[in-house]
Amino acid sequence: MSEQPQFTVKIDQNKFLPEGGREVHAIVSVEAGAEGGAMPAPASTKASEVIIIDTSGSMSYPDTKLRAAVAAAQVAVDTLRDGVEFAVISGSNTASMVYPRQGGLVTASPQTKDKAKRALSGLRASGGTAIGSWLRLADELFDDVQGGIRHAILLTDGKNQHETPEELDAVLFRCGGRFVCDCRGVGTDWEVAELRKIASALLGSVDIVADPAGLVADFQAMTEAAMGKSVADVALRVWTPQTARLRFVKQVMPSVEDLTGKRVESAPQAGDYPLGAWGAESRDYHICVEVPPGEIGKELRAAWVKLVVPGAPGEEAQVLATGNVLAQWTDDEAQSTRINPRVAHYTGQAELAVAIQEGLQARKDGDFDTATARLGRAVVLADEAGNEAITAMLRKVVDVVDPATGTVRLKRHVEKADEMALDTRSSKTVRTRKDETLTTPRPGER
Amino acid sequence: MTGGQHGADDHRADDQGAGHADPDGAKAAEPSCPSCGETVYPGEVFCEECGHRLAGAPPPEPVESAAPGGAGAAPAPAGDPCRGCGGTPIDADGYCETCGMRQPAERDHVEVELPAPGGGNGSGPVAAAGASDRGRRYSRNEDALALAAHAAGVAAVVCDGVGSSQRPEDASRTAADTGAAELVALLGAGEDPEDATRTAALRAASAVAALSTSPGDAPSCTYVSAVTRGGSVTVGWIGDSRAYWLSADGAVDPGEDGTGEGGDEEPATDGSGPETAELSTGDMAELGPSRRLTEDDSWAAFMIAQGALTEAEAEEHPNAHVITAWLGADAGQVSPHVATFRPAGPGTLLVCSDGLWNYFPAARDLAALLAAGPAAPGPDEPAAATASDAANGAGGTATDPAPGPVPDPGHDPAADPLGVARTLVRHALDAGGRDNITVAVIPIPAPRSPHSSIHESIPHSTEQPR
Repeated sequence: MSEQPQFTVKIDQNKFLPEGGREVHAIVSVEAGAEGGAMPAPASTKASEVIIIDTSGSMSYPDTKLRAAVAAAQVAVDTLRDGVEFAVISGSNTASMVYPRQGGLVTASPQTKDKAKRALSGLRASGGTAIGSWLRLADELFDDVQGGIRHAILLTDGKNQHETPEELDAVLFRCGGRFVCDCRGVGTDWEVAELRKIASALLGSVDIVADPAGLVADFQAMTEAAMGKSVADVALRVWTPQTARLRFVKQVMPSVEDLTGKRVESAPQAGDYPLGAWGAESRDYHICVEVPPGEIGKELRAAWVKLVVPGAPGEEAQVLATGNVLAQWTDDEAQSTRINPRVAHYTGQAELAVAIQEGLQARKDGDFDTATARLGRAVVLADEAGNEAITAMLRKVVDVVDPATGTVRLKRHVEKADEMALDTRSSKTVRTRKDETLTTPRPGER
Repeated sequence: MTGGQHGADDHRADDQGAGHADPDGAKAAEPSCPSCGETVYPGEVFCEECGHRLAGAPPPEPVESAAPGGAGAAPAPAGDPCRGCGGTPIDADGYCETCGMRQPAERDHVEVELPAPGGGNGSGPVAAAGASDRGRRYSRNEDALALAAHAAGVAAVVCDGVGSSQRPEDASRTAADTGAAELVALLGAGEDPEDATRTAALRAASAVAALSTSPGDAPSCTYVSAVTRGGSVTVGWIGDSRAYWLSADGAVDPGEDGTGEGGDEEPATDGSGPETAELSTGDMAELGPSRRLTEDDSWAAFMIAQGALTEAEAEEHPNAHVITAWLGADAGQVSPHVATFRPAGPGTLLVCSDGLWNYFPAARDLAALLAAGPAAPGPDEPAAATASDAANGAGGTATDPAPGPVPDPGHDPAADPLGVARTLVRHALDAGGRDNITVAVIPIPAPRSPHSSIHESIPHSTEQPR
């Protein structure tokens, strides 16, 4: 990793607490940029890629789905940098190798990429859906590589019907932290919550590609983003005072992702939250720590945040950047009541994601009062956050009577794809309106 | 900023001499840490090298446990360095790696003693003393204090960093150190005290102005100096830090009723305000009853002088603390006010920042505090334990090595100026401690006797920088 980007950690917070105050909130912004601001060309970065294509029977109804998936996978293969280790898997009731036939990973070159694309065009759809078995095969393939960026793309069009949720959970538990997997649902017959769970466990993104025609561009973007990663296995190491309690650690940009449960104890009073691989990009995290109230004037380090690359067992972690989350008690209300705008912004957007997901679930369950109330709240929050993409999607599900108060009516007829898009993208966030535009391109966000 | 922290804020003497004159004989013998052998200094509770609790060091418990600052922190196991929880280690940023508490900076509470000539190592008389404290509201101490002996008396400088400027703590430190050093040099060169006072203030102003690194960056502070020579006292100031005369006989100037101006007698600072800068050095005002010696360069003082507001109204006003003159790159032309007095009897020359006088603006109030002597140690009494820890600040004189005793009642400033300074600081803390508090105390003997007590080889001492 000779071309490792420069990482910076920035803390946004109001450190002042009122007398007796305990809750400390901070937004931790982690940014990695190449020196000079140019995109890194991590040609030397070791990387491996596994592309997983659903070839269950439903992929041929209509046949355009399979053909689009094959075309998308072929573009993804083309996008691979020469030298990257790769493989293509097809999945139905079980997983099987598409390329290379015999298993293992192959070094990308014009010849091997060509062979992979030819193998892809021979794919036929039949059988069921057992996503866990597909991921297990991917995991076995990654076993052969030591370190480097390990990334998978998973495309499916259906529910995970041919294995139990427990089987899937067991595979996710095993694969978590071993590779990053971006998930895509094509069509409208797949389960948003299920795919979101897989993506969350494997630190990847989830999205809907309702129209198979959109797959090619999407696969290309995903593969390019993966090729842009230069540091694998970054973690946020959070130290807290002995008497404090870490309430939560959430990714809030580019999407809301609760990392609290992913904590791995790493040092005295410190835990690591895996963040996956990084390229030239920036992500924001919301940290909340509960501290014992202190005397007026006392200053406390409520959290010590370090961006680390955890070393092998027995090895010291490599610290890329650090930041302090502070708490200081004051009797000056002007200081203690000020809410940091970024904390407020991301708190609102986290609530927005929850409001949408709860509202859509209530709607599905036939609880229209709750659905109306939650989606109405979502309209207000999306507007406050300036999250226009979500506002536009919400308006396909509800008729907005008064955006200020969140008075809405559920639409009687909603396209399944629109509802699923809203659900899937409910956790996508936007930056604070006042934030300057990003100076670094973020490959994952195109 | 808790009482407990103050209590534990021993002023570390280990950086003794860092950038400061350290006269022969002023330094106490250097014992070493029984654990690691590193040199330790009187009053240190823990070895700076290894954190070992030093034998004979005053146990911090009485003060620390009484302090509300300990809320939520685990009881401190002996031998561990965190002032809050006893945890270890403290990281490079100054936070405890167990409880996260930011450790008090050395400057948070500082005490200084200037030994009288001939009595250099702790047991002898003290020519002047001072104490400076972060207070209870601010996270750092932006005041600075310097005491120095010159060839024929004492010089004291107190500076208060301007909170709205950048790095105010650097400004005040620079100004106090420069001012004291210049006073000593100028007086030593035979300059008249008023000229020396004015020149030293201007040089301090230049030094502070030089701290600026860009037009938007102008570290700033106030400045007040006091020098004694022979039977006279000369004060000089810019901003709202003050000097007071507190007569030993307890008489208070009638104008000093806490509501009005300096009274009808304003002999030396006649006309108050900027004109005093051009004061002639001819007539020395005689100092009788207790009174303030300086006139603030402040919005409040201006409004009062204009007759627009009463003192009480002005102090209530949000602008009360806006100063109209300061040291700093953005200060424009600096014109120090200078005034000279001749005490008629013994008394105390008090030099302080507004952290003290905000609570006790009138000379009468301050005189009453002195007369009352040290108050009974309160629950968050910071001074007692701090005393011995910090007393050996710069002069190296550990006057008070026993743990936590309070100076004898019925304060005699001449006998225990540090005790007086401490007491005044503690009163300001007890009153709320909203600002940094700095007090310098210079006992003034009865006229005629001073000459006998002034000799040549005089120690020089200032507060230690961080």
